Amino acid sequence: MATETTASTASACVGPNGSAIGMPQLCGDWVWNQVFWLVLALVAIYFVLTRVALPRIAAILAERQGTITSDLAKAEELKAQAEEAEKAYEKALADARVEAGKIAEQTRAEIRAQVDEAQAKADADIAAKTAESEKQIQEIRASALANVEAVAKDTAEALVAALGVSADKVTVDAAVDKRIEGQR
Amino acid sequence: MEGEIAHIGAGLAGLGCGLAALGVGNVAANYLSGALRNPSAAASQTATLFIGIAFAEALGIFSFLVALLLMFAV
Amino acid sequence: MAENTAGAHGAEAAQGEGGGLVFHPMDQFIVKPLFGDGAVHMFTVTNVTLWMALAVLCVIGLMVLGTSGRGIVPGRLQSVAELAYGFVYKMVEDVSGKDGVKYFPYIMTLFLFIVFANFLGLLPMAFTTTSHFAVTVVLALAVFLGVTILGFVKHGTRFLELFWVSSAPMVLRPVLAIIEVISYLIRPVSHSVRLAGNLMAGHAVIKVFAGFAAIAAVSPVSVLAITAMYGLEVLVAFIQAYIFTILTCVYLKDALHPHH
Repeated sequence: MATETTASTASACVGPNGSAIGMPQLCGDWVWNQVFWLVLALVAIYFVLTRVALPRIAAILAERQGTITSDLAKAEELKAQAEEAEKAYEKALADARVEAGKIAEQTRAEIRAQVDEAQAKADADIAAKTAESEKQIQEIRASALANVEAVAKDTAEALVAALGVSADKVTVDAAVDKRIEGQR
Repeated sequence: MEGEIAHIGAGLAGLGCGLAALGVGNVAANYLSGALRNPSAAASQTATLFIGIAFAEALGIFSFLVALLLMFAV
Repeated sequence: MAENTAGAHGAEAAQGEGGGLVFHPMDQFIVKPLFGDGAVHMFTVTNVTLWMALAVLCVIGLMVLGTSGRGIVPGRLQSVAELAYGFVYKMVEDVSGKDGVKYFPYIMTLFLFIVFANFLGLLPMAFTTTSHFAVTVVLALAVFLGVTILGFVKHGTRFLELFWVSSAPMVLRPVLAIIEVISYLIRPVSHSVRLAGNLMAGHAVIKVFAGFAAIAAVSPVSVLAITAMYGLEVLVAFIQAYIFTILTCVYLKDALHPHH
């Protein structure tokens, strides 16, 4: 490394051919030069570090820590919100289910009421019609019986007259009545 | 003649470097055996390990320095 | 340090060239002026200047330009910058305690400078600034003096309780106090020599192996060894920066909480 140095190097520690005499570390001629430049270098590094580098790195680290903390807090908050939303959804679902059940029940009751009413009306109609029909049947039967009696009396009178027996109408009628009475 | 004796002395002083190596190896070996017994405490003791190595090594460096002084400065 | 070594070098120079190696492994550590040849004075622009300036530029590139996006989701460079920030910040907080965080910028400065100087030194033809004792001693002395002054300012004379081991028996305490004081005073030495020694040793060993590569019979082994050493040096470059930083944190903790 030092081989290119010329022989004129003015130091007691370097030989005429440029190689070191003894230990270069112990050469007194160079000490103050090294001390001077070392102190300069250390002061330079110290000022660069304290003025610029260290505050900046500390700020970066603090900012990162802050970001991480706030991100965690935000995530926590979002999680809480999500849980809340889920709870609300569940509640809404349950409410809707209850409501739906209620509505269905109500509708069913309404329909049943309508059906009952309609049935009652129909029953009443049918009963009324039945009663009327029975009355008519009764009437018809009564009138039919009356006709039967009249026809029987007329027939009996005609028979009696045909047989040549004169019998008065009253007797014949009584006899017919008696027979009919007996028939019944 | 005097210079040759100084060189012999330098060689003898050089033995100190090897002995310091034994010391450093001893520190590291004991640290390792302790660390394997209780690995959870090992990480907190690396600084102590290096300080111990530094102290053991310093004495070897002293003998190295003595050797150099005998070689070049006496 | 400067005075006594200068004398030693004069003796060495008189003796002539040291060693008969064709390939000088220590030549890579020579400080030389970038422009022209001349003596290296205090304000001369040298290769030290160049590589320290590159380290500063790399710090700016990573920590300022890399984070200029200010992204919430970081890009590659920003991730690295944030990683470095978090790594050192956590180290300071764990080792020095909560009240040590106030001194985080100083420790970050040391860490970034050492890391980039170490890694830039691994480039081929590079000059490794942190392999020089002059550099690491300044770094370690800055930590040592700063921490000691801080301890006395914070706790007054009660800072001396650091050396008075109250858990030890009364008889042993003065002895322990002496040992503690010595080990306290030797801190800057080991702190600086460790860093410079590790880097210098690794780089010199690589150069020595490179010298062996000239011999045809062993050159494949030598190339493999260089590769392996380079891998180790990449590891060492980071580990040494880490160790320097964490020891600074430990010393800072001692200053802030001197009681055992």
